[in-house]
Amino acid sequence: MKYAFWPGCVSKGACPELYTSLVRVCAELGIELEELYDGNCTGAGVISEHEPDVAAALNARNFALAQRMGLALMNICSTCQGVQSMVQEKLDRDEAHREKINEELAKESLRYEPGLVIKNFMWVLAEDFGLDNLKARVVRPLTGLRAGPFYGCYILRPSKILGMEERPERDHYLEDIIAAVGATPVDYEGKNKCCGFPILTNNKKNSLTQAGTHIAEAKDQGADCLVTPCPLCHLNLDAQQPSAAQVIERELGVPILHLPQLIGLAIGIDPKELRMDRHVIGTAQVIDKVLAAVTA
Amino acid sequence: MKVKLKVKRSNGESGDAAYSRYEIETADNATVLDALIQVREYEDGTLGLRCSCRAAICGSCSMRVDGHSRLACRAKVIAITRGKEDHEIVVEPMGNMPVIKDLVSDMEIFWSKVRQVSPYLQPEGAVPEHEYLVPNEAMIDLTHTMNCIMCGACVSACTVLEVDKSFIAPAALAKAYRFVGDPRDDHKHDRLEYLAKVQGGIWDCTRCNMCVEVCPKGVAPMDRIMQLREISIDEGMTGGIGVRHSKAFSENIRRNGRLDEARFLPEAVGFFNVPRLLSELPGGLRMLRAGKLPWSHTLPWHKPIGGIKSVRRMFDSIRSQKKGKASS
Repeated sequence: MKYAFWPGCVSKGACPELYTSLVRVCAELGIELEELYDGNCTGAGVISEHEPDVAAALNARNFALAQRMGLALMNICSTCQGVQSMVQEKLDRDEAHREKINEELAKESLRYEPGLVIKNFMWVLAEDFGLDNLKARVVRPLTGLRAGPFYGCYILRPSKILGMEERPERDHYLEDIIAAVGATPVDYEGKNKCCGFPILTNNKKNSLTQAGTHIAEAKDQGADCLVTPCPLCHLNLDAQQPSAAQVIERELGVPILHLPQLIGLAIGIDPKELRMDRHVIGTAQVIDKVLAAVTA
Repeated sequence: MKVKLKVKRSNGESGDAAYSRYEIETADNATVLDALIQVREYEDGTLGLRCSCRAAICGSCSMRVDGHSRLACRAKVIAITRGKEDHEIVVEPMGNMPVIKDLVSDMEIFWSKVRQVSPYLQPEGAVPEHEYLVPNEAMIDLTHTMNCIMCGACVSACTVLEVDKSFIAPAALAKAYRFVGDPRDDHKHDRLEYLAKVQGGIWDCTRCNMCVEVCPKGVAPMDRIMQLREISIDEGMTGGIGVRHSKAFSENIRRNGRLDEARFLPEAVGFFNVPRLLSELPGGLRMLRAGKLPWSHTLPWHKPIGGIKSVRRMFDSIRSQKKGKASS
């Protein structure tokens, strides 16, 4: 099992713990990664606001780099997945558009051909690696840990473009994975909603109200932590959580785990190697609970 | 086919709300609306719901089915339960709107927002002797938005409206696009200026795709909001923080290939926007302490990605094509 690996900007920047834990977990699970070192930002849906063709060309460039390796493309960010899927849908459907974009790529001797497989790490785990295989690799079941799933908009919507007509189960992979590693998925209304990150600069109050409301709701349902496949959600839910708590006037203190960190804990990797210390909201209570369950 | 329903019953006047459960036999091809009408006709005549055409044309029966805003007449029971008869379908009134009774929502918020965008043609000058002549291609782009049946599903699901009642919200913004894009209208500039500057305007959308997902008619309101952003920038409305954020993002990627986060914030809010930068200081320090602020990326010897020249060339080439098109 081998993928061209697009780490995204955030795992190489504000969330280095995501990169470290993902690489460590994949090595442990035998998922081979060939990193796209020269890959570029997907535009995160921002560039397409005012330069949609630039966004298409940027993504097509990443796709063509993966195709040159002859591999499927794996990302570790809900936003990357959504943007990549949306750009790919138009490239694959509209030949004239594809040729126009390919003209830009030709200057770098690259070319995109329709049909590249693009999967977020969460989809790779559930569809290619398999939940039963994952269960078999658990040496430290996360029994007693109550984890709230937080998906990130772009890995859920638009569902048609994200292949959910063929695979409707994609809307509950996070719960399935949480259960597979022995933890209890916590249901709450905000799990499918927006974390608020895209409007953090423009309308901070709205952004933080969104983040705070979801965290508070999960906490009220008894969540020990949230788990997300999206580092942008992580940033708003973790790094901004103290400010969000002020805006909604509630105490929060809910750790926000990256998906590979949850997997890593369950398959026996040392929390230090998963860089669980690189969070604004401390993760000690989660680690203690996990280790206590093992010794009990 | 056995159908289990859990319906939220509310009394708008007293504010009381509780769930009622029903179990009925329906045809295998029944919709949620069919099931609800059957309940009202044969089980419980007090159930309040709004419907008319039963064919996804009138837009009356919007409600939330298992948490998703949609037309009940377009929701096949079997698709929702995925064939499992013990699946209890939860039916609730629309979100973001007060309830009059049970599944009947008060849509005044919806209509007030539609009124806010002046949803009618505003041509200036003499009325033509015959009909207005409009090129076909100019109207094709508007056909999405003309499909809107004003069912309110997008407003019900809007995640920004949940936290900010001033947001004009998807349906009305898509309607605004319909007139901004109409060549017969002579108020394009004023409309865009209003939408870009007003509180709750186009830059407050969080791009969550919820409206695109729930719209039963393919209007894709969020895509229309993004088109409004693009046109408003092209029309020179570049003063707001939303625009600056969007443009700074592009320039940041053009320069580095990947986002240089530490420099992005001052670029997005403005290097001389001291009050805003100061307000971000505690958050910045928090991130720095946790090892989350990649300040080393801002150092002069931090290199952009390999292939940055190609990235820059793509930006420049596509931009000059767009400029060429606009001036021709």
